[in-house]
Amino acid sequence: MTATVFIPRDAGALSLGAEATAGAIARDAAVRGLDVAIVRNGSRGLYWLEPLVEVATPAGRVAYGPVAAADVPGLFDAGFLDGGRHPLGHGPTERIPWLASQQRLCCSRIGVIAPAEVADYAAHGGLAGLRRALTLAPADIVREISESGLRGRGGAAFPTGRKWRTVLEQEAPRKYITCNADEGDSGTFADRLLLEGDPLAVIEGMVIAGLAVGAAQGYLYLRIEYPHARRVLKEALAAARAAGLLGDDILGSGRRFDLEVRLGAGAYICGEETSMLESLEGRRGEVRVRPPLPAVRGLFGMPTVVNNVVTFASVPAILAQGAGWYRDYGRGESRGTLPLQLGGNVRHGGLIERAFGVTLRELIEDYGGGTASGRPVRAVQIGGPLGAWLPPALLDTPVDYEALAAVGAPLGHGGIVVFDDTVDLSRMARFAFEFCAQESCGKCTPCRIGSTRGVELMDRIRAGQDVAAGLERLGQLCDTLRQASLCGLGGMTPNPVESALRHFPEDFRVRS
Amino acid sequence: MNEAIEAAIARHRDQPGPLLLVLHDIQQAMGYVPPAAVPRIAAALQLSRAEVHGVLSFYHYFRDQPPGDRTIRLCRAEACQAVNGDALARHAAQRLGIGFGETSADGRHTLEAVYCLGNCACGPSLLIGKELHGRVTPERFDELLDGAEPAP
Ligand SMILES: Cc1cc2nc3c(=O)[nH]c(=O)nc-3n(C[C@H](O)[C@H](O)[C@H](O)COP(=O)(O)O)c2cc1C
Ligand code: SF4
Ligand code: FES
Repeated sequence: MTATVFIPRDAGALSLGAEATAGAIARDAAVRGLDVAIVRNGSRGLYWLEPLVEVATPAGRVAYGPVAAADVPGLFDAGFLDGGRHPLGHGPTERIPWLASQQRLCCSRIGVIAPAEVADYAAHGGLAGLRRALTLAPADIVREISESGLRGRGGAAFPTGRKWRTVLEQEAPRKYITCNADEGDSGTFADRLLLEGDPLAVIEGMVIAGLAVGAAQGYLYLRIEYPHARRVLKEALAAARAAGLLGDDILGSGRRFDLEVRLGAGAYICGEETSMLESLEGRRGEVRVRPPLPAVRGLFGMPTVVNNVVTFASVPAILAQGAGWYRDYGRGESRGTLPLQLGGNVRHGGLIERAFGVTLRELIEDYGGGTASGRPVRAVQIGGPLGAWLPPALLDTPVDYEALAAVGAPLGHGGIVVFDDTVDLSRMARFAFEFCAQESCGKCTPCRIGSTRGVELMDRIRAGQDVAAGLERLGQLCDTLRQASLCGLGGMTPNPVESALRHFPEDFRVRS
Repeated sequence: MNEAIEAAIARHRDQPGPLLLVLHDIQQAMGYVPPAAVPRIAAALQLSRAEVHGVLSFYHYFRDQPPGDRTIRLCRAEACQAVNGDALARHAAQRLGIGFGETSADGRHTLEAVYCLGNCACGPSLLIGKELHGRVTPERFDELLDGAEPAP
C-alpha cells in the first residue's frame, strides 16, 4: 500500500529546510523498500512547526514537526507512516489546538491540498462559488458580496461590493480586474501563503469579479521578492487554463476571462493602488491624484477593480455559501474573518484566521505563547511599517477595524509584530522616517523631503540635543505629513512615530 | 548583449505597457540592465530615453552594473529586526567586507537590503539568489556562505 506524506514547498518551510527533509524521506523510503507518495503542499501557517510533515492515515492526517532531515530515520523507526508515536509527533493535525481553534474560511485549503491541482481544489470546495456565479446576473453577484460585509483586506478596508458596483455601472469598451499581490507590509505573509498554498482560490475570486463587473482580462501584480509564489502561480495558471477555469469558455459557459501575472521591481509604494496601476502600465510607480478613482478610470484608462489577494480569496466561499454565512462571523462593521499574521519575536508565529473580535492579547499570548526570546513583550506593531506601536496595556483591544482605529492603530493587512524589552522605540521611530524616505515616490514635498528631516530630527533627539524643541518640531512635521501627503506612505508615517512617542516616552529621553 | 535585449523587446513589444516586462527580461538574462541598452529600448518602444531611464532608476530591483556571482538580499524590516536582524546585517557586511548595495572586489557577492520577504515568523530572513533562508544566525550565515552553490 502506498503511504501519502505531505511536505510543504512553501517558501517559509523551505527556508527552514523542507527540501532536505523531503529528500531524506524519499531516500530513506527507497532504502527501506517502502512505497511512499510525497505531496508538496503549501504551509498551514504553523511556522514554529515547519517543516511540518503530515502522513495520511485512516484516522486522518497526522502531524510531525519541526522535522529536520536528521530526524527522518528516527521517524521511520517509530513507524510514522502509520502515525506512530514520536517526540516530534502532534497527533491529528486538525486537532492541534492552535489550528483547531481557528476559523479558516478563506485559508481553509492552505497546507491541505496540492496547490496547483484543480481536482484536489474542487474536492475541497473549490469552484462551487464560480459555478453559482455563472448562474447569476452581474448585479446579483455584486449584491451577494455587498451583503456579506466583505471589506478590502489590503489595508484600506473599503467595502468590496461598493467598489465592484461602481465598476459594474461604468460604460466602457473594456474593464479590468487587478489583484494586488505586492504585500509590502513588513510582518505580513497571508498573501504569500495563499498564493503558494491555494492559488486557485485567488484565480477563482478574480474570475468571479470579472463576471460581476463585466471584465474579461485580469492582471496579478506580484512582488519580485516572492519567487516561490511566482512558480506556483505559473503552474496554477496552466492548470486553470487546462481545466477551462480561464480562457474563452469558462467551465463551458461561453464566458471569457484570462489572467496575466506581472512582476513588481522592489518598490514598496507600488502596493498603493494607483502606483500599482502605473507600474502595471510599465511606468514609474508614481501615485495618481484621485479622483478619478481606479473604479472609474484605472488601468489603461479603463474602469478597474483593484483588490488584495485575501479579498479575492474570500470571494469564492461567499458565493458558494451565501452572504449570510460570511456576515455571521465578526462584530460591528467588521464582518467575516481575517487571516492575522503573527511574527517577529514570538514563540508560535504564523497565520491565525479568526472572526473579527479576537483580542490582540489572545493572539499574542494564547496563540503566540509570548516572545521567542523568553523576555517580556514590550511593544507590538500592528498593520505594517505605517502602523502604530502598542504597549502591553492595550492588548485587550479586539481586532476590529473601528476598535483598533480608536486606539490609533489601523489594522492594515493584519500583520502583528512582537518585540521584547530590548526594543528601543526612538530607534524604531527613526526607522519609520528612514523607510518613508527610502520608499517615497517623490511626488509630494512633505513625504520626499520631510521624511529625511524626520531622520535628522530623530538623530538629534536620540543624541539628547535640545530634546524639547526637537519633539515640538517632530509634532509639526507629523502634522504636515498627515495633512499634505497625497497617499498613505507620507500620510501614515506619523502613526509609528507618534505612537512610539506617546506610549514609550522614556525611549525619547522625555522625563515623565 | 544585443541578443538578450533584442529578444526581450521582440517578446514584449506588442503587449500593453511593455517597458517593465522588457527590463525584467533583460535583467533576468544578463543580471543587470546595461546603460547602453537604454537608447535601443527607448527607440523600440517609442519612449524617450528619459522615460526609460526614469523607470530604471525608480525601482530598487533594477541595476545598471553587473552583480556578483551571488546576490544576497537581507531583510532589514521590523519583524526581522525583532529577532536580531541588525546583528545579522552587521555580521554580513563585515564578513563580506562590503556595505549594502555593494559588490565585493572579487566579484563573488552582492549584498542588498530588502524590506520584508514574507517570512516574518521565521526571521531573520534572507534570499540567496532565489533561495529563501530563515532563522539565520551569524553562524548560519557563514555556513550558507561557505556551503551554498553559486546561484543567479
Ligand atoms: C503606501 C501604501 C502601500 C500599500 N500596499 C499594499 C499592498 O502591498 N497590498 C495591498 O493589497 N494593498 C496595499 N495598499 C492598499 C491599496 O492602495 C488598496 O487599498 C488595496 O489594494 C485595495 O484592495 P482591497 O480593497 O481588496 O484591500 C497600500 C496602500 C498604501 C497607501
Ligand atoms: S505621500 Fe509620498 S509616496 Fe505618497 S504620493 Fe506623496 S511622495 Fe508619493
Ligand atoms: S520582516 Fe523580514 S521577512 Fe518580513
